[in-house]
Amino acid sequence: MSTVTFREALRAALDEEMARDDSVILLGEEVGQYNGAYKVSQGLLEKYGPERVMDTPISEEGFTGIGIGAAIAGLRPVVEWMTFNFSLQAMDQVISNAAKMRYMSGGQFSVPIVFRGPNGPAEFLGAQHSQALQSLFAHFPGLKVVAPSTPADGKGLLKASIRDDNPVLFLESEMMYGLKGEVPEGEHVVPLGVADIKRPGKDVTIVTYSKPVRMALEAAEALAGEGIDAEVVDLRSLRPLDERTVYDSVMRTNRCVVVDESMPFASVGSHIAWLVSRNCFDDLDASVELVSGEDVPMPYNHGLELAAQPSIEKIVSAVKRVLYA
Amino acid sequence: MPEKILMIALSPTMETGTLARWRKKEGDTVASGDVLCEVETDKATMDYESSSEGTLLKILLPEGGQAKVGDPIAIVGKPGEDIAAILAEGPAKASVSKAAPLKPVAGPAASAAPAAHSSPGGRIKASPLARRLAGTKGLDLRTVKGTGPEGRVVKRDVESMPAAGGAQAAVRPSAPLLKPGPGDEVLPVSRMRQVIARRLSESMYTAPHYYLTVAVGMDELLAARTRLNAGREKKISVNAFLMAICGHALARHPRVNSSWNGETLLQHPTADIGLAVSLPDGLITPVVRDCGRKGIAVIDAELSDLVERARAGKLAPAEYAGATFTISNLGAAGIDEFTAIINPPGSAILAVGAVRKEPVVENDAVVIRQRMRVTLSCDHRIIDGAVGAAFLRELADMLENPLLALA
Repeated sequence: MSTVTFREALRAALDEEMARDDSVILLGEEVGQYNGAYKVSQGLLEKYGPERVMDTPISEEGFTGIGIGAAIAGLRPVVEWMTFNFSLQAMDQVISNAAKMRYMSGGQFSVPIVFRGPNGPAEFLGAQHSQALQSLFAHFPGLKVVAPSTPADGKGLLKASIRDDNPVLFLESEMMYGLKGEVPEGEHVVPLGVADIKRPGKDVTIVTYSKPVRMALEAAEALAGEGIDAEVVDLRSLRPLDERTVYDSVMRTNRCVVVDESMPFASVGSHIAWLVSRNCFDDLDASVELVSGEDVPMPYNHGLELAAQPSIEKIVSAVKRVLYA
Repeated sequence: MPEKILMIALSPTMETGTLARWRKKEGDTVASGDVLCEVETDKATMDYESSSEGTLLKILLPEGGQAKVGDPIAIVGKPGEDIAAILAEGPAKASVSKAAPLKPVAGPAASAAPAAHSSPGGRIKASPLARRLAGTKGLDLRTVKGTGPEGRVVKRDVESMPAAGGAQAAVRPSAPLLKPGPGDEVLPVSRMRQVIARRLSESMYTAPHYYLTVAVGMDELLAARTRLNAGREKKISVNAFLMAICGHALARHPRVNSSWNGETLLQHPTADIGLAVSLPDGLITPVVRDCGRKGIAVIDAELSDLVERARAGKLAPAEYAGATFTISNLGAAGIDEFTAIINPPGSAILAVGAVRKEPVVENDAVVIRQRMRVTLSCDHRIIDGAVGAAFLRELADMLENPLLALA
């Protein structure tokens, strides 16, 4: 066990999987000579050479399609998108080809590929580059969607994603690359579809994932000062979704707040809120609350930018609403 | 003007009814007093007699469906009348129907609920969890004050309420909700079992029980029974003797024949004695009225008719409600003695064990006598220990020497 940053944990996962399996390759903009826009791939070109770590032209549709073709042909590519905002250029490849190939070929072709990069708002990036796009990808059957919140989960889930025979969208966050945490060395694989209770509590269940997990934990600490004991469930993967852990928690606490940095309309968060409302109906003492990004393009003004995102205050307030406190 | 036919309370404790069978179909003519349908209440299947006349225009509740008391189950009117307005209304607010009014039965079971809290439309706002908890506690949500938004009843409101039974009720520990373990079979619970669970818990948790036991010599009574039955085609049962003699004892100890009614006592003029009769899944207590003034043969005839119909599920609510005293006899099951839970609105119940030959010391000699142990459960709110003891002593004396009942 050592304390490393999120980016180092992801790098360790890539490094270990590339060393373990020659079919694992990395491609994307600036992943090689520049060592990655966020330095996740630092040193990998030097170690594995240009045949396995490939700098691509600035064409998401092109190199995403190349990656999908390579996966169908037998490799296990990891495609780095400099940010998920650029993945919009590659949507047709991901949704029409990667998500559908296994189904439409009757299982003859599988697409073992990982698309990874930072997702969600960071700071001062403007409306076009501050988007949380998981709800788009999670919408489509055939895609797995993974969103870790800690360096250890980042490493374990990335290794599991690379080994998975299906296309996996692996969501990181620009604001998380520098976060430190203890990470097991060597073989540490976190299976997809298993949520993790990051903080046990008895009064309310906060369901979240990715970057807002930290915020939820800080909100839980603030609530503890007021005698409210919040449980924080980190989903870790959205597809497949570990519904059982969520329901078991809500059945213990009778109250649920979903925190999701997506915009609220038809989102991962609104879907989970519906699932809980339906499947825990008789155990709910209050309607399920959703703390999401606001339903606006991200403002550039920093005050408004922060106001448009979930916050500790919004989570605390939602928890008090479901507790009638 | 088409008229809604509402589900009515066909038993004193009925809150919802299940429609067992429609005896009229849409288009049939309905006269006042006609049986519209059969409704399964918490205790029995009852005929629903119409107080309306006209044509059955629409059946709203299909067979097998459940409706709360006060919900519409059908529409009656003139043929061809427009019922769209009624259909658009949806479920009606709960109210007492004017159909076939039943005589209210005295005692807490039928006493009015505390002031209701509900929204103007009669709909009660409650969280799903609060609704479920109220159900397991036997609480009527209308009696719970909601503290959530717009008066919504939430978990804390239900938890702060005493269990059903009134202001004196102790807070009942909330029933733990168990998750079935491996191999556990989840069995559905009948309406009757729910009523038994609710009413007996209510009794046990609200009435402070205490118990008095006495061994009774039965030789004289059994000899008298043998003499009485000689030549009779249908033998008079020991239970009929017990009921008759309890009736006499209750007449002399009216306090035992009373009901707790919140701030007052109701002292009943007649000894209406229930006998616990077991059914395949549950039990029912048919009541023989005025046992203190009826002969044993009359009591026996009434009792055997009631027991027979109880086992067939054919008792009318008036025939099993309102016992002022109850007898539970497990002697035939080989039980020597036991304690029973008081059956409201009564305030005492007699638990009767088996008659056995026993060695007894009489005049410093050991003799063999037929003896039976009876245990009286008393509600201490009404019957203090000395009062209960005096009643039981006199009852035992009468059982040992039945002639005393005539004295």
